[in-house]
Amino acid sequence: MRVALFVTCLADTLFPSVGQATVRLLERLGHEVVFPSEQTCCGQMHINTGYQREAVPLVRRFVEQFEPYDAVVAPSGSCVGSVRHQHAMVARRAGEEALALRAESVAARTYELSQLLVDVLGVEDVGAHFPHRVTYHPTCHSLRLLRVGDAPLRLLHQVRGIELVELPDADQCCGFGGTFAVKNADTSTAMLADKMRHVLSTGAEVCSAGDSSCLMHIGGGLSRLRSGTRTLHLAEILASTEKEPA
Amino acid sequence: MTSTFLGLPTVAATDTEHLRGEPFPVAARRALADGQLRANLGRATRTIRAKRQAVVDEVDDWQELREAGRALKAATMARLDEHLEQLEAAVTARGGTVHWARDAAEANAVVTELVRATGSDEVVKVKSMATQEIGLNEALASAGIAALETDLAELIVQLGNDRPSHILVPAIHRNRAEIREIFRREMPGVDPDLTDDPRQLAMAARRFLRSKFLSARVAVSGANFAVAETGTLAVVESEGNGRMCLTLPQTLITVMGIEKLVPAWQDLEVFLQLLPRSSTGERMNPYTSMWTGVTPGDGPQDVHLVLLDNGRTATLADEVGREALHCIRCSACLNVCPVYERVGGHAYGSVYPGPIGAVLSPQLTGVEQNATLPYASSLCGACLDVCPVKIDIPSLLVHLRAQHVEQHRATHRLPSPEAVTMAAAGWVMGDERRFAAAQRAGGAGRLLGGRRGVIATLPPPLAGWTSSRDLPAPPAESFRAWWRRTRGESS
Repeated sequence: MRVALFVTCLADTLFPSVGQATVRLLERLGHEVVFPSEQTCCGQMHINTGYQREAVPLVRRFVEQFEPYDAVVAPSGSCVGSVRHQHAMVARRAGEEALALRAESVAARTYELSQLLVDVLGVEDVGAHFPHRVTYHPTCHSLRLLRVGDAPLRLLHQVRGIELVELPDADQCCGFGGTFAVKNADTSTAMLADKMRHVLSTGAEVCSAGDSSCLMHIGGGLSRLRSGTRTLHLAEILASTEKEPA
Repeated sequence: MTSTFLGLPTVAATDTEHLRGEPFPVAARRALADGQLRANLGRATRTIRAKRQAVVDEVDDWQELREAGRALKAATMARLDEHLEQLEAAVTARGGTVHWARDAAEANAVVTELVRATGSDEVVKVKSMATQEIGLNEALASAGIAALETDLAELIVQLGNDRPSHILVPAIHRNRAEIREIFRREMPGVDPDLTDDPRQLAMAARRFLRSKFLSARVAVSGANFAVAETGTLAVVESEGNGRMCLTLPQTLITVMGIEKLVPAWQDLEVFLQLLPRSSTGERMNPYTSMWTGVTPGDGPQDVHLVLLDNGRTATLADEVGREALHCIRCSACLNVCPVYERVGGHAYGSVYPGPIGAVLSPQLTGVEQNATLPYASSLCGACLDVCPVKIDIPSLLVHLRAQHVEQHRATHRLPSPEAVTMAAAGWVMGDERRFAAAQRAGGAGRLLGGRRGVIATLPPPLAGWTSSRDLPAPPAESFRAWWRRTRGESS
């Protein structure tokens, strides 16, 4: 299958290894990955902070960049959630009905990574090897906007050598929430504290998730605590092999 | 979607004292510092969450029920003007009197006059959000009328000179040791040896309240539902104290928001299933009281209904925002909200706290009067999952944030620092070459990284991030630079 990668502005800029892992993984499974080079950002930060007007050009750019492809994948439940649930609404409220219809069409074939693998490509065993103790945080937008369900866990269960430990209160938000983390830094930090307490209670070496943003938040907290537990994106674990470990 | 307008003016509430407070981040910071509050809230919300989940899971057609509730509310709002007139006619035909109040001041004046006309200087109250919203107790007090809350938790709040912090469990922020102290200090005639045993506390309240029920001549209530076709009002409660107020006094005055009605008697079958399971986690609430006008010789003989707008018509005029009026006040969204669980209800500054409060209060007051509330959420979506009438609270929050930004833009000559940042980010993201250039410039941020390769201190507004979290130093090469280097300009 030919898949267009929407790497997301965050992974592109701060976590390129997540994008690289996504490419490596899909190519290993025999798929062709293309990177539409004029892509930038889905506009979620603008939309969720109230700047819908500024988001319209970003929605248009996303639609134009990804319209030519049958399948689009992003290593982020949150960005795909915005594409699926917000793009058409933003276009429509700006009076751009034609753009809204195009956005709906592209959104219908835009997938979060675990969704693409399990629901579209029908694979659970991606041939990964990762001999570490791992706990998984199902991010809010994967869980409640996209309804990916247990797709990420089914993928992780098939990884060779992995020791998967259940995260207590896994479905609780980590407190990131985009600009919420800055606008309401104290509340965000209180939520993060509980998330970290649960992560550390598992004794895991690695906390994984399907969103670089939530991982940046949890990882930023764990790093501040000098806890020794690191964060890795789901794509990086699934891309990991004996020859090329993550 | 239809656009519905009522004859009443579409203005926000003018008396907003009980619908807004200080900025949310400021109030939240203070609440977060209270360890006792955090512990009380965490324990209580966890318990209610588990109870709710258990009784919801046993209903096979829960999702169909939710959809029925949503559809009924949407249909009711679309013809609210007609339903309200039907309700007025039905209540009047059965011997009740209907009063219309555009705002808090009008509603308070109506109730005060009605109480004065009875010659009584004391009223007993059924727990009611609408009367808290308008500050009725304070208005009555200034007219020399004492209003006594008879819901146990509201009584605790009232005696403690406190404010409710939860829609359903107003004293959720108090534990039993604190309640004993409040009773010992404030409850007339209480046993000084009172312990913090829940039964003893309840019996003390019972003794105190019984004497009041038997002497009161006027009761004030809210209403969970009003049936337009029959003129029936309904109050749903757990303790029976509401039933005492609704049946013993001669005069009964009910204050109800105009959005609380349902068109037909049969519609109650949906909501009376959704409400108790969502709110208290019970299959059925212990007391459901219904009354239709006056029944000669039985119960209150002087029955009034005050229909309150107070910003609701303005809310109804917003095609997206009006969904907040579907709320049946179950408070399931509070109990699952990770923000509410940590800061409690007072931080929202409104009698309507939590996720529903964050979308309702700003609409009732006008969003610029309550501009921090739509941002008091991480948009995690837990509230939508549990809402018995499927109010899309996360989308409403995003909608109100956009309203705030647009209103700020329209009323300020200079853009806010945030607007400048957002415009700049939009400009950078508007072109892949500018974005790539920004990534290269940002790569210099590596220099900010200390030995651990992380950034631990940033200037405002990002200082909020680094107060508790490190930020990874930017990598040497962005993804797109890596792609171009290794794959060329392939696509």
